[in-house]
Amino acid sequence: MRHKTTISVLVCVLGAVGFAADMRLPDKAVAGQSVAIGTSGSGEATLYVVGPGTAIKRQIKLGDDVQLKGEELRNSGYYQIAIKGGADVSKELYVAPAAAEKINFLARPSRVPVGQPKVIAGTAFVFDQFENLVTAPTPVTFELSVPGAPAKVERLTAKNGVSYLQTGSGTKAGPGQFTVRVGDNSVRRVVEETASEPCNLRFKLHKEKEGLIATTDPVRDCSGNAVPDGTIVTFISAEPGKGRSTVDARVKKGIARAVLPPVPGATISVASGVVLGNEVRWGGGE
Amino acid sequence: MSRLLAIIMAVITGVLIAAGVAPTRQKEKTTSPEGTVRAFYDRVRADDYQGAYALIAPSSNVDFATAHRDIAGRDGSLKTLSQLQNADTRVIANHGNEALVRASLEWRTAVGELFENKDLKLVNDNGNWQIVWPKRHEQNLAPQVIPVNYLRWDIIHSDSEANEWGAQNAESPHVRITSMNAVESEGKVIILGELVNEDTVPGYVDVQGILIGKNDEQLGEETSFDKISHVLLPKEVTPFRIDFDGVHLNQVKKVTLNPTSILVPASADPVIGVLHQQLEKTDSGHTLLKGELMNQSGQLVNIPQVLATYYDNAGKVIWISDGYVDQALRPQIPIPFAVTVNDDIAPKVHSYRVVVNHYVMDRSTA
Repeated sequence: MRHKTTISVLVCVLGAVGFAADMRLPDKAVAGQSVAIGTSGSGEATLYVVGPGTAIKRQIKLGDDVQLKGEELRNSGYYQIAIKGGADVSKELYVAPAAAEKINFLARPSRVPVGQPKVIAGTAFVFDQFENLVTAPTPVTFELSVPGAPAKVERLTAKNGVSYLQTGSGTKAGPGQFTVRVGDNSVRRVVEETASEPCNLRFKLHKEKEGLIATTDPVRDCSGNAVPDGTIVTFISAEPGKGRSTVDARVKKGIARAVLPPVPGATISVASGVVLGNEVRWGGGE
Repeated sequence: MSRLLAIIMAVITGVLIAAGVAPTRQKEKTTSPEGTVRAFYDRVRADDYQGAYALIAPSSNVDFATAHRDIAGRDGSLKTLSQLQNADTRVIANHGNEALVRASLEWRTAVGELFENKDLKLVNDNGNWQIVWPKRHEQNLAPQVIPVNYLRWDIIHSDSEANEWGAQNAESPHVRITSMNAVESEGKVIILGELVNEDTVPGYVDVQGILIGKNDEQLGEETSFDKISHVLLPKEVTPFRIDFDGVHLNQVKKVTLNPTSILVPASADPVIGVLHQQLEKTDSGHTLLKGELMNQSGQLVNIPQVLATYYDNAGKVIWISDGYVDQALRPQIPIPFAVTVNDDIAPKVHSYRVVVNHYVMDRSTA
């Protein structure tokens, strides 16, 4: 009777040892790559994997390795891995982002006048192929180039997946190609560098059948860039007495032209925005 | 007997009904110059242009189509979209068989009342007065082809479905308020100012104004509505005016102005010259800003609106007035305009600036 009792206790103890479970996690896990989780013990158990956007429940045999497929670990972050059955075991696995493969690039503004300091901003967000922000330091290259002018290149390192550049506009107007590059991947935005305020605005007069024709010299900013066509140039003719005539002309092919009434002794001036140009007295010379 | 009575009653009833529904023109008295002009405009008000034409003396030598265009407008002008509301008549001169009558007309339009004074000459024809319709000497442009190589801005917006996060869109144009002034006039607070498009693209602009009272309460919120040139080309400056009815300036602690701009497709045409602008005093002592509008493009401008900004000797905006011109601007033909200047402001005006808003109905080629 005493032997029977001793044997029963041993069976129970050994049985308990036989069910005892443990697991071994890999030192390093990368998003999108499969992972093997080693288990110990014997018997059936349930594996739970809970992580960012992921929840898996699976029956496993203790003692065998459990394979988690790459597509089950696409989201980087901390995963809770638990085995239930006999003794419960729970561990944390960190899945790191994969290699940088995708860039989101915010470039502002889309248009900017030339010669302005710190007006162009570019922010690059570095992601892996599964849209995980790559938090490891990553080399990022920004390049801003306008046709006909040397390109500005800045090499920075993304911190926590973000790299930021603030720079000034150049002196040459044109469609600026603002590119960010990470490894072999690049994204391009267009920042239009536009002519600044007109500079040294001048015009000439001559008479034609239709009236007095006022024609500007090519309208340029102080860096020599032609102001965009469509820019308003106002001609004002102050006539003797108190009368005056005005025409808001549009720059076409770099030049603004207006027809004014030919009033002898009129003083004609020109302006664009807040910039004033020369004055011409009709009939009295400049 | 009773049958005869019934017949008589029926005849009398018929006569009374006929008298009641007879056209009003039969009641009109064309036996006086004033009565004829009143009858003429009564018919215009009733859209009976044929009836009105019948009151024009044959010696006027004007056909119906021309008279109709003269009265009701042409070329999609504001006049063509208006309805005669009121006509006051006054005899200016009466020399027996000839008379001169001034008709003060009030037309109702979508943009408010339009006032017109018309001096009509009349002749007596056997006791009936008839209008001698004034001949309009309209300039006509010789048939020609005007090459129009105007600029146009089109916009391609970002396709949000196809683009990834962070893809940029074309920004709204940068606009700036360059001057602002608050005045009290006609029992209301009026915010005046100017706005410039500093960008290189056209924009649709508007200005919202909010008045804040002494206790930080909101006294009113209005927009510039039609007292602004809404489409601004690059470097174009527009005046704006916001009226707050029933508010006094001494109630106002703060004014907040919110300019808004939207990138819109636009055309650089038409170019409208504002010629021979001049401040003039009328016989009644009021001040008018007069001038001529000249459409320098080849395209018809249906409804022009004149916006005038007045500055004091320090260059501050002190008043903004506007007026719609009831004629369309045909290419190369000058059309006169006049806008009133507030009597209190007129003596302080040192300089002024006129811009023209335009509404074009047929943009099929744009």
